[in-house]
Amino acid sequence: MLFLMSLVVFAIVYLIPGDPIDAMLGQDAEHSAREALRHELGLDQPLWRQYVSWLARVAQGDLGRSIRAQQPVRDLIVEKLPATLLLTTTAAVIALLIAFPAGIVAAVKRNTVVDLLAMVGALLGVSIPSFWSGIMLIMIFALTLGWLPAIGYASLTTDPVAALRYLVLPALTLGSVMAGSVTRQVRAQLLQELGRDYVRTARSKGLREAGVVVRHALRNSLIPAVTVLGVQFSVLLGGAVITEQIFAWPGVGQLAVNAIVNRDYPVLQGVILTIALLVTLVNLAVDALYVVLDPRLRLS
Amino acid sequence: MSSSTPASASPERRHRALGRLARSRLALVGLAIVGLTALVGVVAPLVVTADPVAMDFGALLKGPSGAHLLGTDQFGRDVLARLVWGARLSVSIGAVAVALALVVGVPIGALSGYAGGAIDNVLMRCMDALLAFPALLLALGLVAIMGPGSTSTTLAIGIVYTPGVARLTRGVVLAERPQEYVQAARALGQRDRWVLARHIMPNCVSALLVQASVNFANAMVIEAGLSFLGIGTPPPTPSWGLMLNEARAFMTSARHVAIAPGVAISLAVLGWNLLGDGLRDALDPRLTD
Repeated sequence: MLFLMSLVVFAIVYLIPGDPIDAMLGQDAEHSAREALRHELGLDQPLWRQYVSWLARVAQGDLGRSIRAQQPVRDLIVEKLPATLLLTTTAAVIALLIAFPAGIVAAVKRNTVVDLLAMVGALLGVSIPSFWSGIMLIMIFALTLGWLPAIGYASLTTDPVAALRYLVLPALTLGSVMAGSVTRQVRAQLLQELGRDYVRTARSKGLREAGVVVRHALRNSLIPAVTVLGVQFSVLLGGAVITEQIFAWPGVGQLAVNAIVNRDYPVLQGVILTIALLVTLVNLAVDALYVVLDPRLRLS
Repeated sequence: MSSSTPASASPERRHRALGRLARSRLALVGLAIVGLTALVGVVAPLVVTADPVAMDFGALLKGPSGAHLLGTDQFGRDVLARLVWGARLSVSIGAVAVALALVVGVPIGALSGYAGGAIDNVLMRCMDALLAFPALLLALGLVAIMGPGSTSTTLAIGIVYTPGVARLTRGVVLAERPQEYVQAARALGQRDRWVLARHIMPNCVSALLVQASVNFANAMVIEAGLSFLGIGTPPPTPSWGLMLNEARAFMTSARHVAIAPGVAISLAVLGWNLLGDGLRDALDPRLTD
């Protein structure tokens, strides 16, 4: 699996048209200089050789050098990744804080105005793309009301208050899609569980409704909701590319977009590989979480 | 996804599913929105006479007026005309990309599920490798390979949604293969290809329809997203994402430029999502109450 992923990433750069030497030296460079660089980079080797040596370097954490910044790609990613992780985790937390209460209330108060409002809100969340909700949030909260800064970034360690103020709008923008889809998922699953026999038994035992919902039904509906979390994290990291662009947020997404614009392909390769690895790790964590949530899985 | 007998594709069942779809008001709203965007896309040149790329430096960033119903942008281009032509682009890229994912993904999934063994393993590992990348990021990388433009955007989105379609098809085929009617058909000496096409595949249709409509919504978002990032449809072609990207520079001076394309894309995506929900409820009786 990891092997295939690495092939995809390698292919992305190999297949990009244009000679990387042109990008580095310019088209007017002398032939001997071009050939020297080609040899130095191993680009005169057979394809499988290039792949194997690339893979060996990647395994040691060497992602190559940026053509533009003349810096190791790893350093660039290490520098930018914290901002992206801060943005995505905050977005995820906001999304869950909205989605779980909204989904539960919608399921319990089914077919009421509350349910309708929650579902319309969730549907809008899912349907409004981040590149528009971001612009709207900036217009309303930064330009009209002046409550928050429009774009920018501050480090959490040097100025925590400013950092949080900068974080609010991008995190809301990125989290809204996830909030919508998790709300829908929680509601649907909870409704399904609330219709089951064990819930009727719990109710007929005289348990309080809140206990029935939270202790019995919710726990069983968590498993499918957790499945979505793995997928959602992948969507969040993809969405971060756009959100970072809107809010001038200095993360790996912006790094990737700039790499495409500047034809700085080692950087693009590095970012895509890093994100794919992160997604894989999160999916493994989600698998582990299943077992915690569902004791039935421990036996098999 | 659907019931275990081929009867799920019977006219009576289909009739009932259509009935359920028609009774769902939200699904009908979705269908209306989807139909409207498609219609606008198809008849764009007849509806709007203004040229979407014609610049007018005498009327830059003007608000809505009689001459320009939705105002003009920073080059004095008519926003309504660009919006309507943008619908054509968005709908056609979405449609071709979704069709592409189906044409490639369904055979891969069917073969994988029916053949099993090593073929299944290899095909599915390849699909999983693609699924490990966030959709937008994979599309980004693919467009970087093929160079910006509508064709490469369409191809990239099609490739991004292929693994999902293949996985879904494989799941249904795997569920149907051990069923008695499949065994019976094979025992009667029918060829594998015939069993697969005639008996098993009809059971995939409802699941694929739902998936296709959700994919359509996502494809439109990715197309607009890539254009928004400046690596999808190149200017001056009217694309909703590109319009929003350009509008960012005028958030304080001319807000109307950012509102129109945003409403358009959100509404179109909402339409496909509603239709997807409606189809799911109508086609999957287990989920209806």
